[in-house]
Amino acid sequence: MSTNVFRRLLFDEKSRSLIVQAFVIGIFAVFIYLLVQQTATNLDKRGISSGFDFLSMSAGYDISIRLIPFTSEDTHLRAYFVGLLNTLMIAICGCFLATILGFVVGVIRLSSNWLFRNIAYVYVEFTRNVPVLLQIVLYYSILLHLPKIKQAIVLFEGFYLTNRGLYSPLPIIKDGFSIVLASFVIAIILSIFIKKNLKRKQEQTGKQYPIFLINSALIIFTPIIFYYIMGMPIEFEIPVLKGFNFKGGMVIRPEFIGMLLGLSIYTAAFISETVRSGIISVSKGQREASQALGLKSNLVMRLIVIPQALRVIIPPLTSQYLNLTKNSSLGIAIGYADLVHGFGGISLNQTGRAIEIMLMVMLTYLTISLIISLFMNIYNKSVQFKGNA
Amino acid sequence: MTKIKSLFVSLLLTLGISTAIAGGHGSTLDVVKERGKVMCGSNTGLAGFGAPNDAGVWEGIDVDVCRAVAAAVFGDASKVEYVPVTTKVRFTVLQSGEIDLLARNTTWTLSRDVDLGLEFVGVNYYDGQGFMVPASLGVSSATELDGASVCIQVGTTTEMNLADYFKANGMSYESVPVETNSEADAAYTAGRCDVYTTDASGLYSSRAGYPDPSAHVVLPEIISKEPLGPAVRHGDSEWADIVRWSLNAMIIGEELGITSSNVEEMKGSKNPEVLRLLGVEAGYGAMLGLSDDWAANILTQVGNYSESFEKHIGPNTPINIQRGLNALYKDGGILYAPPFR
Repeated sequence: MSTNVFRRLLFDEKSRSLIVQAFVIGIFAVFIYLLVQQTATNLDKRGISSGFDFLSMSAGYDISIRLIPFTSEDTHLRAYFVGLLNTLMIAICGCFLATILGFVVGVIRLSSNWLFRNIAYVYVEFTRNVPVLLQIVLYYSILLHLPKIKQAIVLFEGFYLTNRGLYSPLPIIKDGFSIVLASFVIAIILSIFIKKNLKRKQEQTGKQYPIFLINSALIIFTPIIFYYIMGMPIEFEIPVLKGFNFKGGMVIRPEFIGMLLGLSIYTAAFISETVRSGIISVSKGQREASQALGLKSNLVMRLIVIPQALRVIIPPLTSQYLNLTKNSSLGIAIGYADLVHGFGGISLNQTGRAIEIMLMVMLTYLTISLIISLFMNIYNKSVQFKGNA
Repeated sequence: MTKIKSLFVSLLLTLGISTAIAGGHGSTLDVVKERGKVMCGSNTGLAGFGAPNDAGVWEGIDVDVCRAVAAAVFGDASKVEYVPVTTKVRFTVLQSGEIDLLARNTTWTLSRDVDLGLEFVGVNYYDGQGFMVPASLGVSSATELDGASVCIQVGTTTEMNLADYFKANGMSYESVPVETNSEADAAYTAGRCDVYTTDASGLYSSRAGYPDPSAHVVLPEIISKEPLGPAVRHGDSEWADIVRWSLNAMIIGEELGITSSNVEEMKGSKNPEVLRLLGVEAGYGAMLGLSDDWAANILTQVGNYSESFEKHIGPNTPINIQRGLNALYKDGGILYAPPFR
């Protein structure tokens, strides 16, 4: 009897494949277990300490590029967060710039102007076929050859460009600024209401209103008016050359600018191709039909072509965002203090905990990538066909 | 089923192999002898300490330690393969057994000696962290560096020393971290930073490569103790002894006045320590598992410590470093090797 059951299980295609799969997973689990076990014993045998206790020890080094305060007495854990924030900063700024540049270039590549079209073509072919690391190093080297600190270029009053970065005045907030901020938020909420209202009116009457113009004016001018009413509650701290460096003000370091240029110019080339393919994918008939209805060419683009193109653009765009984020780990090449450079480099060397630190860094990148994917998938759903079309 | 079977077998094989690689470090000396050469972790390029010359041959006082070990083991100082390692991977490369010894201006510290599973066997250069600035800045002391931008090589003890020094003196600075020596040179000469800090030896070495070395000054302050020395893996004392005494043999050679040109002559010396060192009195090589002429080979082929120093970094080279702390104890330095007996 029991052999029969076993036979049936073995010769039934469904159960057999299940058994085989379970078996393979089992072997894989054992393999991973043995690998971890072996690593642990080997570390132990060679007298190399392991564990995460180093996170609460003081780091002992300084980081200049940082979004939160950090001194050499802070812990390695805080160094991790400083690096994480720097990674996020370059990823967000890079994705933003790459998207704008990519859309512009993608549209230009379809333009009827021969010169513009071919300039865009050369740009795309050049940047996407040269390794991004070389481009980053190139831009950084160029930035290093900007004037030295004593010969800084004055862009405007208080704005200085040197090979140590772009110095600018630092806004210092005084009392009453919260009211300006509140007016800004209220203006945004108000503009959403206006938009809804005018849209409804348009649907009812067919009359079009300059919604965009009205709302931009509202959002821009309300806080400005309140800014003057409250007696200009922002003061600017101007950077002044004192001793070796400019004191006061804000500075954007050349390491950051180099990374931003390298990553966004490189990724924008890929995005532009995605955008181009998206626009081409919208059938010619759609365009002709909308023109026949009497829509102006910019409205054809905005209302007919782009919404349909987005369906094609978003999935590959997501993977470009992921690429850019992962490529930001190249900051190490020019000393941009991202996660890999600071925590994954300096802390690793001070403590020697290579496995622990690399695991943490890898898991962090994994988490960031999954979050980007999640949001892009949500956005993707919102631009896909709706209903039963 | 055969597919699965073969998968299983190959899995077992992979496991077996990885276990063998990970677990089976025999005696390093046996491994080295079998291989026929010493694997030496060297600097990626630090003139005078470890760098390939115009002909592509590695030279420098760190390199000479590796050559001495090869001379001791094989009687041939050229049986070395150099593996250039960055500050970041040097310890991992040594721990994993890819190299037999690390001779790469590495500072001997407690945590490295104990926590990282290494064994430092001696000091071949007493160094300290210093500062270099362009002469045009008119700075004469490190205490005048408040607010400066400082170029610094990452992954070294220098970062902690720098942070401590500026904190202790109530000064602020902007750190400009760079990955390698050459990147530091590029950033410093471009004016990205006012100051370049690393071990003084490294500063002298870098300066020698600049278009106009006299336009840069190394400030008098030395802010740390940096005993640089060769390191081996922890747990193989036999191999550690060989490296330790190869270095000691060079130092003792200088003490006893034995140079690469007078080894044969000195074999007729009346000084019993000279006779022991040169293997005329047999038995000392065997204690290390080597032939009796091991130290004679080192001194003939590599030379004594002074010869190595003068040839690579001394005042007559572009690096231009005085003996200073690195003179023998009897000449006012702190170089001191235990007696050879």
